[in-house]
Amino acid sequence: MAANIGFGTLWLTLIFSLFGVGAAVYGVKSKDRAWIDSAKNAMGLTFPLLTLTVIALIYLLLTNHYEIAFVGEVTSRSMPLYLKVTALWGGQAGSLVFWSWLLAGFASAVTLRKWDRDREFLPWVIVVTLVTLAFFLILSVFFENPFARLWQTPSGITVSFSQPPGGLPFVPRDGQGLNPLLRHPGMIIHPPMLYLGFVSFVIPYAFAIAALITGRTDDRWIKLTRGWTLWAWLFLSLGLVLGARWAYDVLGWGGYWGWDPVEVSAFMPWLAGTAFLHSVMIQEKRGMFKQLNMVLIILTYDLVIFGTFLTRSGVLSSVHSFAQSAIGPMFFVFIALTLAVSLGLLMNRWNDLRSKNELNSFLSREALILLSVLLFLGILVTSFWGVIFPLISELVTGQKVTVGPPFYERATGPLFGGLLFLLGICPLSAWSFSSLKTLRRLIWVPAVLSLGAVIGPLALGVRRWPALLAFWLIGFAFAVLVYELGRDVNARRKRRGTSILASLGGLVRRNQRRYGAIVIHLGVVMMALGVIGIESFQSETQATVPEGGQLELGSYAVTYENLDNFNTNDGRNVARAEVSVAKNGREITTLYPRRDFFFDSNQQVTIPGVRSTLLDDLYVILIDWKEISADGATFKVYHNPLVKWLWIGTWVFILGVVIAAWPDRRPRAAKAAVPNRSGVRA
Amino acid sequence: MKKLLVWGGLILLLMVVGLGLIRAQQGQVGQGEQAPNFELTTFEGQTYRLSELEGKVVVVNFWASWCESCKPEARDLEEAWRMLEDRGDVVFLGVDYVDTEPEAMAYLEQFGITYPNGPDKRTEISQAFRIKGVPETYVIDREGRIAHRQIGPFQSLEDILAVIEPEL
Amino acid sequence: MKGMLSKWLILAAVGVILSGGWAVSPVLAQGPTPSDDEINEIAEDLYCPVCENIPLDTCGTEACEQWRGVIRDKLSEGWTEEQIKNYFVAQYGDRVLAEPPRRGFNWLIYVVPPAVFAAGVYLLYQGFLSWRKLEEEPAAPEADDEQSSEEYLSRVEEELRKRQ
Repeated sequence: MAANIGFGTLWLTLIFSLFGVGAAVYGVKSKDRAWIDSAKNAMGLTFPLLTLTVIALIYLLLTNHYEIAFVGEVTSRSMPLYLKVTALWGGQAGSLVFWSWLLAGFASAVTLRKWDRDREFLPWVIVVTLVTLAFFLILSVFFENPFARLWQTPSGITVSFSQPPGGLPFVPRDGQGLNPLLRHPGMIIHPPMLYLGFVSFVIPYAFAIAALITGRTDDRWIKLTRGWTLWAWLFLSLGLVLGARWAYDVLGWGGYWGWDPVEVSAFMPWLAGTAFLHSVMIQEKRGMFKQLNMVLIILTYDLVIFGTFLTRSGVLSSVHSFAQSAIGPMFFVFIALTLAVSLGLLMNRWNDLRSKNELNSFLSREALILLSVLLFLGILVTSFWGVIFPLISELVTGQKVTVGPPFYERATGPLFGGLLFLLGICPLSAWSFSSLKTLRRLIWVPAVLSLGAVIGPLALGVRRWPALLAFWLIGFAFAVLVYELGRDVNARRKRRGTSILASLGGLVRRNQRRYGAIVIHLGVVMMALGVIGIESFQSETQATVPEGGQLELGSYAVTYENLDNFNTNDGRNVARAEVSVAKNGREITTLYPRRDFFFDSNQQVTIPGVRSTLLDDLYVILIDWKEISADGATFKVYHNPLVKWLWIGTWVFILGVVIAAWPDRRPRAAKAAVPNRSGVRA
Repeated sequence: MKKLLVWGGLILLLMVVGLGLIRAQQGQVGQGEQAPNFELTTFEGQTYRLSELEGKVVVVNFWASWCESCKPEARDLEEAWRMLEDRGDVVFLGVDYVDTEPEAMAYLEQFGITYPNGPDKRTEISQAFRIKGVPETYVIDREGRIAHRQIGPFQSLEDILAVIEPEL
Repeated sequence: MKGMLSKWLILAAVGVILSGGWAVSPVLAQGPTPSDDEINEIAEDLYCPVCENIPLDTCGTEACEQWRGVIRDKLSEGWTEEQIKNYFVAQYGDRVLAEPPRRGFNWLIYVVPPAVFAAGVYLLYQGFLSWRKLEEEPAAPEADDEQSSEEYLSRVEEELRKRQ
């Protein structure tokens, strides 16, 4: 019953989407507002309809309806309730519906905004959004139906929604259960956040296409989507960081990013999106580079679809990928079509988008931002090539090759370093003009202060120049940002006589974007510190020891004290080791690394014990493919310096985006207009 | 000129990805297709080439010592071999897929395998057949075409004989 | 009789000693067992031949344990890291390495990104040159709303106060 409701509403949403596309196009052709409004309403209904679909599917997951194939694949009786809900995105069919639901959320939200000023965009925004939604719905309805049932037929067990001839309902007693790796809090929010990030970039893209189609070559579309882009970028960034956090917490290799092809596929839209975020600032301030901005948003959208395609089509095999299925060719066709159409529209308007680009100074802020865009695209090209090359190599030479971390780190390291440097210099550079002279005057204080960031590591014995250079860059960027902030706060204090905190508050209210950006960049610098720490200075050791045995790593000693073995009431057998950690001979803490074995899926995960401080993490994990007993257990100990800054930096980053993106309630007149050399600015 | 570059680049990219997709979707070597020629050097040092075995029925079995589902069919395969050995026109070849020699030899000894077995050096043979996992068995007829593909283990000795007999 | 017995005892003792020596000598010939860390140092640069894109030191399958065992055996026989890696490549193909070996077609993976980046730098440079205005005088930096506006305001107010 629930399955019928679910499948029915899925179908209905698809029909409404297709109707919306048709009605919008017809409305434009016949210049009939009524049809366009009708399309808008259809789009508005997609979210409520899909919510019913999702509710139906969750109901089936919660109530152990194992005659539904998907339910059996991702749940089991012993799973706790909350995991049964999150199992919705634990398998291909469910996650596709989840994706469509999120997209419908944004689609319906877009219909709620005031469209009076921008009626010419409306039909095309509807068309682009609903075409994307319809595509994903088609995948669910025809290829990966989460409501398909199991049937016992003469030729075996088959899966389909409706009863096949000679088939009888087949209801397994229990399900396989969710992959244990997915039963971790990090894994619970990582996919939704990532999907949110992917999906929300559809809206800015839709507006961009609408601008191309209607010939609105001004930056109205950018103004309208500024908020969307910022939130989309936040979600995507968070999705990536959450994935890294989950990998660090659960996967047990003491790291957070493996340059796995599927990870890289999710990273690529972020690179294009970040480049876009920065580049539109130039268009807003100086009216330049409109062509570039169009290219970047089209790139971001198509990389989102392409990344999804790579993950789900079986073209790449990795720890992340879903099982191979027939949706690969569908994705391929969709990507080919959207790329071709987007490019065609862009080429059509190419000359109209040509803006009078004037750049007098190589060191002006626009120039530096452009340079940063080049660096982001450089990393993007490297990543793309690294993902595609194994495919090409196999096609051309027949040999399978792996493109792994050494390649990516060597190729992108200098580019990231360059970005860090620009992060430091850019705030000091002025719009339209900066010279070496003016920059030099501003640079020397932070540059000198940042040498302090190098003295510390040097004193601790660090000699490797790339690491020292990285520390200097981090110190420099940090010094510049704090300096900028401090200078402004000071000036306001002097003028108003207010306290530091009040000055800060006042500044932020006056110019959310600027101070939001400063905070975001501070967060990024902290994250860079975490990355440098763990990448350059991680050390590890592994050994099998009996109870009472000890492992030594640097100044740390880890002693295996005790083992506890018990069954939980949610279907796990837990082997929990108690280890005491001593530093320089003095005991500092006790950790409990453990191995969870799940009876339903016959799989196990290991959860490390971690002692985390600002200076370093001590990370102890049980090796679960070796015996775990009181006579002997194998431990791996990682020492990860500074990695906590990666997570702290993320929080600061989030704060910065919230500051920048928070709706500005001031009346329009209060915002000063910025004149520029070309004279045209809103 | 720029237009040509852009569209050309796009088409090239789509072609590469498209070909990759086709290959991923391709699946194993198909029934009726000509079996890919390969060279197998056994653990004892003897070399077999498929091209030199024309006129004979060749049974190629992919296995590994770490493969649990390979074990039940191992004995049945050996028995089938013993029954057909004396005919002289049937060849059984075991291809050891990404394995380690000590464990492989132990596996062969455990199941008393007497037909030739060798490691799949550089995974060339398994890539040629495009196998998706182990065990997989391919029965090649006298003209060198794939007569039968067994994806997964054989359930019984009778099943093995049933797919070989039509080719004899 | 006692002489016979003691002769046999001595023979037996010699036999035991010899057999013990025979058992001991292969171990002596092998050298100390390599530690997990020594194995991992090599394993972390290799990838699991079966499961794609999983490094060999963190892979938990039985097959991966066997491969680490191979590394252990080769290390105790005195093989170098290079020899062991070459052995894995000869057995399982190029994909066990963390990056494509530098030969033939594989050069493309290393050459293309820097080449494309260099092209990008060149294009940007050309762009900068073409976007330069022909007039020479660089106008004074503008009072930017974002940039040092607080400072600017402070100065203006100070000026105003001076003129009071």
